[in-house]
Amino acid sequence: MSNHLKNITLRIWRQAGPAAKGNFETHVVDEITDEASFLEMLDLLNDKLITEGKEAVVFDHDCREGICGTCSLMIDGQAHGPQRGTASCQLHMRQFKSNDTITIEPWRASAFPIIKDLMVDRSAFDRIIESGGYITAETGGAPDANLIPISKIVADAAMDSAACIGCGACVAACPNGAANLFTGAKIAHLSRLPQGQAERYSRVEAMVETMDEKFGSCTNHGECEAACPKEISIDVIALMNKDYRKAKFANRKDLARK
Amino acid sequence: MTLTDELFAKNTVTLDSKIPEGPVADKWDNYKQNMKLVNPNNKRKFKVIVVGTGLAGASAAATLAELGYQVDAFTFHDSARRAHSIAAQGGINGAKNYKGDGDSVHRLFYDTVKGGDFRSREANVHRLAQVSIDIIDQMVAQGVPFAREYGGLLDNRSFGGAQVSRTFYARGQTGQQLLLGAYQQFSRQVGLGGISLYNRTELIDIVVIDGRASGIVVRDLVTGEISSHAAHAVVLATGGYGNAFFLSTNAMACNVTAAWRAHRKGALFANPCYTQIHPTCIPQSDDSQSKLTLMSESLRNDGRVWVPVNPNETRLARDIPEEERDYYLERLYPSFGNLAPRDVSSRAAKRLVDNGQGVGAKKNGVYLDFSEAIERLGHDVVQERYGNLFEMYERIAGENPYETPMRIYPASHYTMGGLWVDYELQTNIPGLYAAGEANFSDHGANRLGASALMQGLSDGYFVLPYTIGNGLAPLLNKPMPGIDHPEFKAAEEAARVRYNAYLAINGTKSPDYFHRELGKIIWDYCGMERTEEGLKKALELLPALYQEFKTDLRVTGDGDSLNQTLEKAGRVDDFFQLGMLMCRDALDRNESCGGHFRSEYQTDEGEALRDDVNYCHVAAWQWGGDPMTPNLNVEPLEFETVHLATRSYK
Repeated sequence: MSNHLKNITLRIWRQAGPAAKGNFETHVVDEITDEASFLEMLDLLNDKLITEGKEAVVFDHDCREGICGTCSLMIDGQAHGPQRGTASCQLHMRQFKSNDTITIEPWRASAFPIIKDLMVDRSAFDRIIESGGYITAETGGAPDANLIPISKIVADAAMDSAACIGCGACVAACPNGAANLFTGAKIAHLSRLPQGQAERYSRVEAMVETMDEKFGSCTNHGECEAACPKEISIDVIALMNKDYRKAKFANRKDLARK
Repeated sequence: MTLTDELFAKNTVTLDSKIPEGPVADKWDNYKQNMKLVNPNNKRKFKVIVVGTGLAGASAAATLAELGYQVDAFTFHDSARRAHSIAAQGGINGAKNYKGDGDSVHRLFYDTVKGGDFRSREANVHRLAQVSIDIIDQMVAQGVPFAREYGGLLDNRSFGGAQVSRTFYARGQTGQQLLLGAYQQFSRQVGLGGISLYNRTELIDIVVIDGRASGIVVRDLVTGEISSHAAHAVVLATGGYGNAFFLSTNAMACNVTAAWRAHRKGALFANPCYTQIHPTCIPQSDDSQSKLTLMSESLRNDGRVWVPVNPNETRLARDIPEEERDYYLERLYPSFGNLAPRDVSSRAAKRLVDNGQGVGAKKNGVYLDFSEAIERLGHDVVQERYGNLFEMYERIAGENPYETPMRIYPASHYTMGGLWVDYELQTNIPGLYAAGEANFSDHGANRLGASALMQGLSDGYFVLPYTIGNGLAPLLNKPMPGIDHPEFKAAEEAARVRYNAYLAINGTKSPDYFHRELGKIIWDYCGMERTEEGLKKALELLPALYQEFKTDLRVTGDGDSLNQTLEKAGRVDDFFQLGMLMCRDALDRNESCGGHFRSEYQTDEGEALRDDVNYCHVAAWQWGGDPMTPNLNVEPLEFETVHLATRSYK
């Protein structure tokens, strides 16, 4: 049965543009059902702001099913808020109570510059994938899908890391602004599969080096794993590091053969 | 003379479907043998614009770039990976017959034509079934982690409307894994320079010069800057229009603008009334709700759908004895049972809820019960199969489906209608192509489960790369208009005027307010069941509300920076115009078929009653200068291989 929350105070980060100075703005939501999602609360607030002739709060969101990875709110200092394994869009007001004060900020990381208010630019993630986050398999000419048996355990493990939604919570939660969980997840997905072996070492070298250009360094805090809405294990970072170290030999050997 | 013949004689546009010669099974091979080719070294002389980076767009852009074409790709998202294909849960069909249960290309073709209630084009559907096999191979080669059996081979499950297991899946995240596969191939091409990527950039107009699509006008969503891009061909892979209902399972940003702007420039819009209502969504819980969430149809493999027999039932689900439950799908459709197709299952649920037998606080749902499956298979197997869906349900509904049956209700999910395209996926404007959900061609009046992913990838990987070459070959070394052409300048100026006008109204209500009100009208009168009276009423209500939109809209902020309210205003404007066309199309189609159910046309048992004499055609609408005065064109449909028959799932 639904209950109504009353008197929720929101402290929301407003920033007109990348170079502008930002500040917190306070708004009060008088009443809201606990069935509403967190983003629906922001919708209500925005509707009110527009009716009052004020600019709506800008925030990224799209599928509202926790799968597209667009939403990106730092809620009370936690990436995606208090509920474990849950993206901002799947967070519901039943996680809060009347008279709460909630602080909402954008992801804060030097690799993710703020565009406006709560919206940031995460294209650095795309650059990592572009540098090697794929298996080269041009269209046409693929062998029959059942020619390569893959044990269920391997396929499941690959799927565990492939579940990453690319939201950037790991970077936002990391005190160093590192992207090792994101990069490690893609490397672990592809390198665990037989199809991914041919490019295993060239991939890890290219991706890690692109990551290092743009993001901070990992110092094993583990905040990323705790913030990940898909609960991706930090083990992927160990796998990435191991492969990166090996790559330094493997790739050199390959180069010597050229 | 039938109505189809009469209407056909009055066509204002020549509709050539370009279906190749020969028996249906040979048409695609015949096409490929006879098509024109572009020499590998000449491909780089052609530029192709691809709008949208979902399954269809990303796969088309990647493949065209691999072939050597210059590709400019546009997405309004921050990244190509965000497109709504990502939210598809259940799976993708492929006629592999890995289970040895009698599947074949012909059977998938047959199921799809029948499932579409005989309102799709046979030749297109057969091609789709043929390439479904290649899609599975392609996606596995790219590293999509499909579910496997212990022996290492691929696993399959069954889906509504089929009696074989041909659906490949990756947990409940098949769309995500397929999209990431396509996105990775796409990203590889971005890295190699084959694709120029424009993110956070929205199409706002199509430019047609001398009858040919010559490029697009876009708005940079971050800076508000409006600019033009010219190309030899333009592909719209911009998804469906399900958000016309406001509440739907679509993502918040899904919109019809690209297709609608093409329509206003002369592209025909086909079968807009064919919308799919998905039977298994979480019912609306409160009035502030912004969207509905789908629970994969795959749940119906093991879940049993029921309602209490007594409309005044107050007990908890588990306390209601077996004999006081109505497992209505099993009762009404014994051979398909809980796996009856989407339209059939949705209407059955609506009837029972309308009859007061709904469950939940608002009595707006039916039960989807796993207790029998948990008893038969054990908690662990059920968790393995559906764990992530169960978690998602619990997060949204606040109830644990291992203990309490899920509550589900139908919601707008997919749109079968879209831009009219020929066999080459080219609209009636030469050089303008539409792929994936944005076109109308493969699903007829109803799409079967696990077929949307198949169609998006089929169009992008295995159809467009051939047909676009055939269209480009004759243009080699011919001059093409550039963005300094007056038509581009005029389109840019019109777009500026349009967006400034939204800002200038300065009324009292937000774009979301109008979208919500618009959605209610369309859902009430052009939703799961439609009547002549209701549609006529909608056609009075919609222009009135649209007028209010034009005079009382409030858009705050400015046009020179990121402004989500302004973006929304443009999209809602186009939804209004589309909404009128949806109702008009539904009113004109005096029959029931698939997702289009007109109460006046039903059998004694309440099933859809088609009129094959007068309506066995595609209704392709031409923009008539005002959203209320479109011109109807028809393409007669011929069924040579699958014979017209009443769909029965009993």
